[in-house]
Amino acid sequence: MHSIFGIPTPALFGQLLLGLINGAFYAMLSLGLAVIFGLLNVVNFSHGAFYMLGAFTGWLLLAGLGLGYWWALLLSPLIVGVLGMAVERLLLARLKGLDPLYGLLLTFGLALIIQGVFRNIFGVSGLPYGVPSQLAGARNLGFMILPNYRGWVIGLSLLVCLATWLGIEKTRLGATLRAATENATLTEAFGINVPRLVTLTYGFGTALAALAGVLAAPIYSVNPNMGADLIITVFVVVVIGGMGSILGSIVTGFGLGLAEGLTRLVYPAGSATVVFVIMIVVLLVKPAGLFGRST
Amino acid sequence: MSATAESNAATKPPVKATAAASRLWGFGVVALLIILGPVVVYPVLLMKVMCFALFAAGFNLLLGFGGLLSFGHAAYFGIGSYVSAYAAKAWGWPPEAAVTAGTAAGALLGVIFGVVAIRRQGIYFAMITLALAQLIYFVCLQVPFTGGEDGLQSVPRGKLLGLVDLSNDLTLYGVVSVVFFLTLLLVSRIVHSPFGHVLRAIRDNEARAISLGYKTVWYRLAVFVLSTVVCALAGAMKAIVFQLASLTDVHWTTSGEVVLMTLVGGMGTLFGPLVGAAVVVAAEFYLASIGSWVQVIEGGIFVACVLGFRAGIVGTLADFGRRSIAARQGASARAAVN
Amino acid sequence: MGVANRVAALALALAAFTGGPGQAADVKIKVGVLNDRSGIYADLGGEGSVEAARMAVEDFKAADKGIMVDIVSADHQNKPDIGANIARQWYDQDGVDVILDVPTSSVALAVSQITREKNKVFIDSGAGAADITGKQCSPNTILWTYDTYALAKGTAGAMVKNGGKSWFFLTADYVFGHSLQKDAAAIVTAAGGTVVDSVNVPFPATDFSSFLLQAQASHADVVGLANAGGDTVNAIKQASEFGLTQGGQKLAGLLVFISDVNALGLEAAQGLNLTEAFYWDLNDGTREWSKRFAARHGGKMPTMVQAGVYAGLLHYLKAVDALKSKDAAAVLAKMKATPTDDPLFGRGSIRVDGRTLHDMYLFQVKTPSESKGPWDYYKLIQTVPAADAFRPLGEGGCPLVKG
Repeated sequence: MHSIFGIPTPALFGQLLLGLINGAFYAMLSLGLAVIFGLLNVVNFSHGAFYMLGAFTGWLLLAGLGLGYWWALLLSPLIVGVLGMAVERLLLARLKGLDPLYGLLLTFGLALIIQGVFRNIFGVSGLPYGVPSQLAGARNLGFMILPNYRGWVIGLSLLVCLATWLGIEKTRLGATLRAATENATLTEAFGINVPRLVTLTYGFGTALAALAGVLAAPIYSVNPNMGADLIITVFVVVVIGGMGSILGSIVTGFGLGLAEGLTRLVYPAGSATVVFVIMIVVLLVKPAGLFGRST
Repeated sequence: MSATAESNAATKPPVKATAAASRLWGFGVVALLIILGPVVVYPVLLMKVMCFALFAAGFNLLLGFGGLLSFGHAAYFGIGSYVSAYAAKAWGWPPEAAVTAGTAAGALLGVIFGVVAIRRQGIYFAMITLALAQLIYFVCLQVPFTGGEDGLQSVPRGKLLGLVDLSNDLTLYGVVSVVFFLTLLLVSRIVHSPFGHVLRAIRDNEARAISLGYKTVWYRLAVFVLSTVVCALAGAMKAIVFQLASLTDVHWTTSGEVVLMTLVGGMGTLFGPLVGAAVVVAAEFYLASIGSWVQVIEGGIFVACVLGFRAGIVGTLADFGRRSIAARQGASARAAVN
Repeated sequence: MGVANRVAALALALAAFTGGPGQAADVKIKVGVLNDRSGIYADLGGEGSVEAARMAVEDFKAADKGIMVDIVSADHQNKPDIGANIARQWYDQDGVDVILDVPTSSVALAVSQITREKNKVFIDSGAGAADITGKQCSPNTILWTYDTYALAKGTAGAMVKNGGKSWFFLTADYVFGHSLQKDAAAIVTAAGGTVVDSVNVPFPATDFSSFLLQAQASHADVVGLANAGGDTVNAIKQASEFGLTQGGQKLAGLLVFISDVNALGLEAAQGLNLTEAFYWDLNDGTREWSKRFAARHGGKMPTMVQAGVYAGLLHYLKAVDALKSKDAAAVLAKMKATPTDDPLFGRGSIRVDGRTLHDMYLFQVKTPSESKGPWDYYKLIQTVPAADAFRPLGEGGCPLVKG
């Protein structure tokens, strides 16, 4: 059996693949954060709460209406996205022109409220949500046994990330978005409704979070705190990648997943802290982040 | 931040004398409350308020006067708490030495993290400090000396300078009050020193401060470390008062709480964090029976403060006071003209 | 605090006033249920523990016996400083005589210390650190329901005996996880099994896949989960995803409660082995009480922690009734001298270090097809008799144990 660094190659490949799957969640969440930040200049602290809402909406659709996983995958991002748009219109829009830190504080408070309410209604132990029957089971890849569902997660998230990137870089709507990010006043002068664009963007970002939540529901515990634990790691991804860089957040998300996977194999006890160490190193070497423009 | 900039712009020269006078009044009221407090309220709760008020005051030094929002100040509070608890418990150090050790550890951590964190500002700074604090949380969780989930329990209160037995709540209350009051005076001194003025200049317009020849990076690092020292002192005292140090002290929710305290009380004001700490601690304590809703209420206060009450309690009162003074002055000026 | 409970107390007082002629001097008792009502242990104890305490007072007919019981409750939010603060205030100012429940070891240890300082009574049901009756034991603290040692003993001991010889541990990487693993590993080895390997998983973790892969590669008979709460739920959910049990390995939870199984659903949790001190469907006594409990508590069956609050308070009330006094030292002595006996835990006794001895049970979680309805989760694999279930008195390092 071949080995790299004293680790059998099959085990290494297996771990790296699993790391990549975790990276898919980081990438989708940080992508949403980056899109929102780019246009709104708001660090969306309630992103974790929207991720949780996505998973819970999936569960509610199943428990209340009998709508299964595939419906949830479609409806849950829509529902949460609309909710996100309401939040932007009713709350965030009022902070226009203020220091962006107020946006951070507002969304932090919002996250506390959403999580607290769900904790009161559903408790904290979590709710059962199964893998859809079409994706149940696992297949032997030779070097590891990969559950079909994990394969699906990585495929779909790569697709979503790619589509978002293309949408922003290559389409007309994306061009408008980028223009508004650069200079909102000027874009408005061209007859584009920037406030509506802002609302839609926030809705899209939260919908991405909700989609990640639905994807996570069958494999992670569905509980009100599920997003709170994740959001800090996602922040780290964003800091390393460079805030507001779409490509940066995608690449960093997958990359950090890989780094974590590798650490789990070599030094498991350090796998929770490795992302922070990477962040410190990046900040010391390149304060603007790997893909960021220095400000 | 803009709201504090407004309120501070107003405190400048024209009303300098009245500001100093109202500060004196403020200290008088605090002293009076400290003396009369234990008659009405449970002293242990008051000590908790004082510890968290110091915590918030230290945090506010950075936010209100340095213009930097840290979302990871629990790290310094927690390290102060753990180190002083460990020194008192495992090494049998007297309380004053244990608290000093905790404060020093916080300062050291502040220097290290400060160097990393001040490389970015604004929202980046908030996220970086949060991440660094999370790193400390994981470290505290894993290293054996913190006792993991159980924390460090039964920390002896010991005898101050080998003489004063602190096991009596009221004796301890006296000691905590003195430390609290002196630290508050120190914070006030820092804020109103030339150093403090430079800080505010940097906060309000960094480019101008640089053009005037100030090394803004050093000022920023200095205020960061000062802030962590005060927070670590607060944590160290908390460990002695409650005789325990635990993971709660370093958890990000604690970082969030201190932001809330400062926001509610009024950031950039000297006494705001005190009021905010009292409000939040009291709310947590008296609402304990409705438990699960406390977090929702805290979140609601956050949202409400950000949307409509950005100056906080003390900031609003100060604005009101200034306006009424201005109105009176205006009236007398008119009277003189007539 | 506990405004709602005042009403119950008033009703009791009224009942005593109208219904108890010829009573001797009344004893007034204030009971404080201190637990987690919003966090990770809210489903384990929470409001259900308060309900259980109320049921104990009613079932004992305390008012008829001249014992006025007032129940207050509070949320310690799993924060030791908040818990300690509430406990101090309860003892110092509110006249609380006995504190019940208190999950989370850090809070329980703090409350235990304060209770000793103020010479009151603390009957712990929710926390399970074996240190509470070990190195940090107190004459004023009784640990009623479970501890980590007993859970490890029940699960590991019985599983090795039933053929699970080789073990692989997934250990939460902090003091609690390590002590859980250490206890269980010692029991595995003592019973003739071996520990093949273990992996330290950072805590808290959401993704266990890479660690489960390592566990699968080890080909151990049993994968032991030395973690708790959300970590355990995630680990079990993903173990089922990776087909761990289908691959012939057994999954053993060292700290899993029925509330966790309820959260997982049988699809994911089936086949899991775990130890508990109480299950609602054990016998007629537990069924009768549990159905009454569920009727009052939104249809949720009681957890062992809630059952422990009931039984502990019942035993306390018996001692108070026998003495017609609530003097802490006397009541504690009486509680330890009298054998315990209630419909939920059966007969037992309380040791000098505060450990209540009763039977423990090794369960296996049913498959969805075996389960006949909601809350029908466990099948009994083995009963661990009280004498064998807990850590021997001499091994805990409790200073109260002489010789």
